[in-house]
Amino acid sequence: MAERAVFALVAEFNDAETLLDAVRRAREAGYTRFEAFSPFPIEGLKEALGFSEPWVPLATLLGGIAGAAIGFLMQVYTSLDYPIDIEGRPTVAPQAFMLITFELMVLGAVLTGVIVMLLRCGLPRLSHPLFDVPTFHLASLNRFFLVIETADPRFTGGTRRFLKGLGAVRVDAAPAPEGAA
Amino acid sequence: MASPKPKTPEGYAAVTREVTAIPLDFPQTRAWRLWFAAALALLASYIVSAWVLFVRGVGVWGNNIPDNWGIAISNYIWWIGIGHAGTLISAMLLLMQQHWRNSLNRFAEAMTLFAVVCGGLYPILHLGRPWRFYWIAPYPSTMRVWPQFQSPLTWDFFAVLTYLTVSLVFWYVGAIPDFASTRDRAKSRPAQVFYGLLALGWRGAGRHWARWRQAYRLCAAIAVPLVISVHSEISLLFAAGPIPGWTSTVFPPYFVLGAAFSGFAVVSMLATSLRRAFGLYDLVTPRHLDMLGRLTLASGMMTAYGYVADTFNALYSGEPQELETLHDRLFGPYAWCYWGAVVLNFAPLQLMWRGDLRRRPVVLFLVGLSVTVGMWLERYMLLFSSLFRDYLVSSWRNYRPSVWEWSLFAGSIGLFLTLFLLFIRLLPMISAFEIKEAGFEEKTEAAHG
Repeated sequence: MAERAVFALVAEFNDAETLLDAVRRAREAGYTRFEAFSPFPIEGLKEALGFSEPWVPLATLLGGIAGAAIGFLMQVYTSLDYPIDIEGRPTVAPQAFMLITFELMVLGAVLTGVIVMLLRCGLPRLSHPLFDVPTFHLASLNRFFLVIETADPRFTGGTRRFLKGLGAVRVDAAPAPEGAA
Repeated sequence: MASPKPKTPEGYAAVTREVTAIPLDFPQTRAWRLWFAAALALLASYIVSAWVLFVRGVGVWGNNIPDNWGIAISNYIWWIGIGHAGTLISAMLLLMQQHWRNSLNRFAEAMTLFAVVCGGLYPILHLGRPWRFYWIAPYPSTMRVWPQFQSPLTWDFFAVLTYLTVSLVFWYVGAIPDFASTRDRAKSRPAQVFYGLLALGWRGAGRHWARWRQAYRLCAAIAVPLVISVHSEISLLFAAGPIPGWTSTVFPPYFVLGAAFSGFAVVSMLATSLRRAFGLYDLVTPRHLDMLGRLTLASGMMTAYGYVADTFNALYSGEPQELETLHDRLFGPYAWCYWGAVVLNFAPLQLMWRGDLRRRPVVLFLVGLSVTVGMWLERYMLLFSSLFRDYLVSSWRNYRPSVWEWSLFAGSIGLFLTLFLLFIRLLPMISAFEIKEAGFEEKTEAAHG
């Protein structure tokens, strides 16, 4: 079997603090296609990665507005389309419509927010080259990983040494999926 | 009495192993099978009762004018109310950064989900023609009739549907990282595939965590007002009508607090039982029991205030009908459930003032059981003491649930137990990654003073 192409270098760290430090330094070194992996969300990792995405909160807001609008207009439309006169009470009664408006706002906000979260993360994606790294399952247990892809423009033969220098306990190569370029 | 605070890699691993070992290498097979057999027997009672109902119609039940609702609706309110505590523990305490919630939130949310399923089925079964339940949804039909959106019954449909969906999404999103760690610990191929599919390929990437956190916190922030809106809406099924004993503005907060109260009681029962059954003494610590006891006590005392306010309203109104309903509640044919509710809800609850008793699982369990029964009696009392004598003396009639109503109620407990037992058998019932996160954050805080 021929030598498989390498997708990324996977550096393993013992604790979250070293990972945070390593992420900061990888970013300072100019790497762009890198990612940190941890068994739990780490305070400060977002900033270290330079992550500032508005999509999830924005989608939640817009989903909520859309849900509320649909909820309210649905009730107005149906009341006008089939008006029922109940002792002369107003056909369009916003007070009575507020509860369904609120519920559909919640539904719209939550569903849109979560769907956009999954889409932006590229999930579901059941197969990933990193799962082929024998120690990577520890990322959900107690180990911390920094992964630099070979597709990174800054990736050189020295990247492995760079990762070692950040305090990694080991550095593995993740093979590219077969058939992929 | 320290809560679990893993601060080292070994500590992190121990928490995840302890949690994921339960579904992967189930420790209590024999006891679980016995419980599951009992739950299935009750579930069979549910199916038979529903079948009899469908074949013979609502006449097999004891409800009739003026008591249209029967225990179908009082059970519905009871079940949905129990569900609310799960969302409150999970969402409200997440936003307030109460880390101790992490040992309780997963199974409390599962409880929410299953309680809402049990509750939500009741109004459908209660319809005279349950196969036409979709008529309450606004869809363009050839009849050209729309639902009447000024009626609380249509609000109910949207509230429960939204609550079920949002609870499911919130619970699932919160569990994805633990599905992933269960997948990574699984040895057998079927288990790997099962948890792998549930985990959606979660890898724990930093950017994914950041988006996940945004979504999870936003869901939590939205879920808290949702809980309040759902049970307020349910109380409006009562309060929006001109029925003595119901038409009161105290009802929405009274119902929401009673719901939280009954739910905290059930969470206490589940927490003490699971802790003992699976030896989770280092994850569900005496501190957790202490906090559950406090939550139950606080929401219980607020519910007690609701009783006082409700009585005061009736006295202050001076309406003859209101006063007569109050008299019926205190001394009439339904006095047993009024006083039963008062005693079971609030008498054993007073034990919870003492810290050493809150931390004793047996005491907490028994108080929880007493409150669960007491709140059932309260829902029963609120319904029937107001309905059995309406404005027309000619239609006065006492209500007694028929055998089929009782068997359906027993069956709904079976449905809950079946779902909950499947949950603890198959899924990680404690949020391992959040316990690790809390441990790490405490370590960092200690390091930086």
